[in-house]
Amino acid sequence: MAWANKVLRVNLTDGTISDEPLNMEWAQQYLGQRGLASKYLFEEIDPQCDALGADNKLIMTTGPLTGTMASTGGRYSVVCKSPLTGAIACSNSGGYIGAEMKNAGWDMVIFEGKSSKPVYLYIHNDDAQLMDAAAIWGKSVWDADRILHQTHQDPLIRISCVGRSAEAGCLYAGVINDLHRAAGRSGVGTVMASKNLKAVVCRGTKGVGNIKDPMGFMQATEDGKRVLRENAVTGQGLPQYGTQVLMNVINEAGAMPTRNMRETQFEGAHSISGEAMHEPRKSDGQPNLTTNAACFACTIACGRISTVDKEHYTIKNKPEYWGNSGGLEYEAAWALGSDTGVDDLDALTYANFLCNEDGFDPISFGATVAAAMELYDLGAITQEHTGGVDFKFGSAEALTLAAELVAKGEGFGKDLGLGSKRLCEKYGRPELSMTVKGQEFPAYDPRGIQGMGLAYATANRGACHLRGYTVASEILGIPEKTDPLSTDGKPELVKAFQDATAAFDSSGLCIFTSFAWTLDDVAPQLDAACEGGWTTEKLLEIGERVWNLERDFNLAAGLTSKDDTLPKRLLEEGANAGPAKGKVNELGKMLPEYYTVRGWDQDGIPTAETRQRLGLA
Amino acid sequence: MLRALQLEPEKCTGCLQCEMACSFENEGVFNPAKSRIKVFGFHDQGRFAPYTCTQCDEAWCMHACPVEAIVVNQDTGAKEVLDAVCVGCKVCTIACPFGTVNYSHDTGKVIKCDLCGGDPWCAKACPTGAITYVDIDNTGLDRMRAWAQQSSAGSASFNVPTEKDVQTYSQAQ
Repeated sequence: MAWANKVLRVNLTDGTISDEPLNMEWAQQYLGQRGLASKYLFEEIDPQCDALGADNKLIMTTGPLTGTMASTGGRYSVVCKSPLTGAIACSNSGGYIGAEMKNAGWDMVIFEGKSSKPVYLYIHNDDAQLMDAAAIWGKSVWDADRILHQTHQDPLIRISCVGRSAEAGCLYAGVINDLHRAAGRSGVGTVMASKNLKAVVCRGTKGVGNIKDPMGFMQATEDGKRVLRENAVTGQGLPQYGTQVLMNVINEAGAMPTRNMRETQFEGAHSISGEAMHEPRKSDGQPNLTTNAACFACTIACGRISTVDKEHYTIKNKPEYWGNSGGLEYEAAWALGSDTGVDDLDALTYANFLCNEDGFDPISFGATVAAAMELYDLGAITQEHTGGVDFKFGSAEALTLAAELVAKGEGFGKDLGLGSKRLCEKYGRPELSMTVKGQEFPAYDPRGIQGMGLAYATANRGACHLRGYTVASEILGIPEKTDPLSTDGKPELVKAFQDATAAFDSSGLCIFTSFAWTLDDVAPQLDAACEGGWTTEKLLEIGERVWNLERDFNLAAGLTSKDDTLPKRLLEEGANAGPAKGKVNELGKMLPEYYTVRGWDQDGIPTAETRQRLGLA
Repeated sequence: MLRALQLEPEKCTGCLQCEMACSFENEGVFNPAKSRIKVFGFHDQGRFAPYTCTQCDEAWCMHACPVEAIVVNQDTGAKEVLDAVCVGCKVCTIACPFGTVNYSHDTGKVIKCDLCGGDPWCAKACPTGAITYVDIDNTGLDRMRAWAQQSSAGSASFNVPTEKDVQTYSQAQ
């Protein structure tokens, strides 16, 4: 049936560990991963609890297809209440640990309470124990990974770990797995560290063997792989350029947020693009990009493996950074680059290494640095605050120093670790924070892509491109082209993307497959693997149910329709350049209709009929 | 025609589809821990490499086996383990210089690649062509072709007449 049917429950306060069967009734309603863990979280915690207190829980969760041969079937998510937004947090990651957890026989690990001293969880199949983390607390993810491999003398363990930024309370710290994959957003790593939980070490040798119809599954997954192979984006663009395939495309569309979203096109975009990563460097003749890499089971392989030039100022005397590691994805390249005005590819790659090494979200980090640069530009912060650093837009030195400080939670890095919203409030200019619900924007300016404004405003984890990626339709024409500058039909489009995405995120598969797949491609794979009659219709209903459950969590946490908004800059200041020049985001035109399409009242609350229809009553 | 697995590490992305295909075919479960082919990642170097049994002609595992549990499949050339005969002594795991025969404590037998009876699932599952099943006498063909294409000698000069050749020929006529 593809689910392992087993949940590991770890009480960190008492130091006790128990197992229990997965709630299979809920699995039929919420599928797995994002949906099912959100259901568990909503049932088990008070949404008004302190996100960094013992009452919050942290769930690491796989989907039914995690650990199988379905392409990209290796995903896991980390779910909890977010300290950055106060809303529900769900951060999805690839790499290998999700599959390892499933191979060890677990669908989910639920952490509750708070340990009195630093610990890590060691899982070897049925055996799970809490171990003393004294030797790795205070260490970076990379150092901890090395020490744990030495300690366990097992090269095949997989590790999820938080870095020093999380320990220091950076509000956008993530959970890093396999050295450079990240459950990156919303501060899920901050929550993990707040529980004195440093790492999860996992080794699974049981595998996934209970597929409902094995030969049917092999056929369905092979059909799916063929679709990915033959699609221009998943078959060519992503393997060759990674998500960085977007840099020049989005810049030309005039939707490239630049210098804290003051501008909508970046003159240095080419220098930090996927194409530039292939070009030989002047100093050593090597390109930034060494190779592409896949996560577990992925036949797309969009991951980037890169080096920084050994002669670059950032690492000249630091041989520990001379090797390969996870390179720039589009979001990181944008946030660290375009949003700060920095066009030095090696500086961005180094900053990205630090984000992985000490586990903080490059999107929120880059956007917070951008906000700080604007505050500096306007004189709201000075060199007195920055520790003598000239924090001007375009300064690679300021960016890389900021990354070093946030990594360790030192000096001005403490302010930057607050995130853009709290930083701008602290220095008296809250309107300069480019956030929704306290979470920083990703790399698409909603003045040039109207639907994304609505997607950001209504995303349940705050500003996010991975909750309803209408860019696919508005810019790339997937599944069909809509006008990025028009609001017509966008409420329906956003809802359709949000619901489908919630279903993908609950399956164990990667959302990047949706450049080529629709739920029509996913349903046969799930149906061959799992009992329950999995059709596209059932998946769409699950997606909508998950969306409404997350909404209910947020409403119960105290968020309201007032939080479904965008910063004034995007609603009132016209785009300065590109095809959208002069345009603002017309959220006001879309939001009321969106509520109606969702079956919510005009306060953004699901109506009784909607709840009834989705079985949420 | 006998065929062999050809491994081209430079094409490997580390997706482990081969490991899952192998474990599924041999054990009926998606389980990299039970795979006869392994992918190794060398993170610092930015490299992945698949590795498995090369089916040595003078197979040391086969010669070392005290109970003759490893036999040659005449159709494929694969050295196959006869589970009913294997006593789990592990001498073959010591004899193999490449580490590609391993003991499974679940069954008390050793496991190794048997080329899936001539239709290896790892090769079918590999999305990038890093694992292919090719003519055993020509496993180097693609690599030779790639080098030939890169070499300056390959720039048409040995079989296409240059302008000078044409002139010399015309004058001689």
